Amino acid sequence: MQLFPCPFCGLRPEVEFHFAGDLGNLRPEGFMDVTTETWTDYLFAHNNTRGESREVWKHLTCMEVFAMTRDTATHQVISSTALLPEGDAA
Amino acid sequence: MTRHYSALSLIKEGFANQKGWQQAWRSPEPKSRYDAIIIGAGGHGLATAYYLAKHHGMSNIAVIDKGWLGGGNTGRNTTTIRSNYFYPESAALYEASLKLYEGLSKELNYNVMFSQRGVLTMVHSKGEMEIAARLVNAMQINGIDSDLVDLDRIKQIVPLYDLSPNARYQVLGAVWQGRAGVARHDAVAWGYARAADRLKVDIIQSCEVTDFIIEGGRCRGVVTPKGQIRADSVGLAVAGHSSQMAAKAGFRLPVISYTLQACVSEPVKPALDTVVLAPATSTYVSQSDKGEFVIGGGIDRVPSYAQRGNLPALEVVLSGLLEMFPSLGQLKLMRQWGGVVDVTPDSSPIIGESPLPGLYLNCGWGTGGFKGIPAGGVMLAQLMATGKHHDLSRPFDLDRFRTGRLIDEAAGSGIAH
Repeated sequence: MQLFPCPFCGLRPEVEFHFAGDLGNLRPEGFMDVTTETWTDYLFAHNNTRGESREVWKHLTCMEVFAMTRDTATHQVISSTALLPEGDAA
Repeated sequence: MTRHYSALSLIKEGFANQKGWQQAWRSPEPKSRYDAIIIGAGGHGLATAYYLAKHHGMSNIAVIDKGWLGGGNTGRNTTTIRSNYFYPESAALYEASLKLYEGLSKELNYNVMFSQRGVLTMVHSKGEMEIAARLVNAMQINGIDSDLVDLDRIKQIVPLYDLSPNARYQVLGAVWQGRAGVARHDAVAWGYARAADRLKVDIIQSCEVTDFIIEGGRCRGVVTPKGQIRADSVGLAVAGHSSQMAAKAGFRLPVISYTLQACVSEPVKPALDTVVLAPATSTYVSQSDKGEFVIGGGIDRVPSYAQRGNLPALEVVLSGLLEMFPSLGQLKLMRQWGGVVDVTPDSSPIIGESPLPGLYLNCGWGTGGFKGIPAGGVMLAQLMATGKHHDLSRPFDLDRFRTGRLIDEAAGSGIAH
């Protein structure tokens, strides 16, 4: 069992966490003016990086969403930081 | 030299002290130019090369792999082959694959040990029984052999299963596909490799593709430690590592790579002659010809390239196994491993030209790529040879994520993950 660091609760078992996508994949502004390509990219495309990956995670027990940088090949956690209320990366 | 595998050649070699067997495939140095290059010498890549040579008359083909052939997910899966999918597009694709598997040993002159022992998918509640009936009806309309079976029949098929009303996940019925089964996974890779090699395909192992040659907005070949290798048609069949290759080609894919684990027990006497899947426990199990129980389940929920997997997913799978077969509680596990699977949002594969012209994709099979190997090979070969889709692969083009015509098998056929 790997322990992930929640910025609010500290080290907790991996099963309490949910992967929520790439950090910085922000919803496109301007609803009707957004092109199909931009929507497709926002909705479906993933960086899916091998190695250091900057991701959004949710700690299901405290419901807090935060940014975690980890190595997807070694599972090493590099950093874990809270997100600002607006969803901007800290 | 003995080239053809047969009972006669076995006898002949028996008298000749087994000295005449020929190497199954060569290990050639890469040429500087091919008509077609396939990246990834797994089942899909090797099958693509074979069908390019066989169906499209091409002979100047290379398959390039960073490791050894069949060393990725082809050698790491739990070998189940079935076609009981919900949507007509999937049913057609997987059924085409199953039919190719039925004739594969003969076609390749290599025993892939395809054993059509049936797949039993358990149903646990009244609501699920209604859904199961709908699934079975849909499958039958699509021409897939599929039946809803009751408890008495299940007892005949899997007497070891805990079917008591007190079971943690009570079984009310099951979906049965009798033509489904298992095959020897390595043999599929080796069989295609040997057959492709005999059609003059160069299989180049331990040669990592580090970049693409892009000229005039088209893919014109690949860069490797052994130098540039040029081809106007390049196929990508690297499963869990598709996103890395896509990044080198300048685009992103709707794919996330997860670890899918599997494990085998110590070998025991024959006790289970079918494949059993219980959605409630998300565990599936079969018994190999060697007697090992081959056990798999859902993916690890952490995106990963580690090829090993963590304990929580294994715990879920094994506790599920014991709910299904309490009598297996004394078994010892012999091996556990993981593969990197490329999961798409709709659990359906991506087959089609990539955003970089001249580069063709066969990826996104996720946890079910092994069963799709023959069809995936035929589809990618057709694309690479003609630039046009096969009718069966058209719905699986990358453009479905733009148009919204997803083929959502995760919801449709109740894939466990």
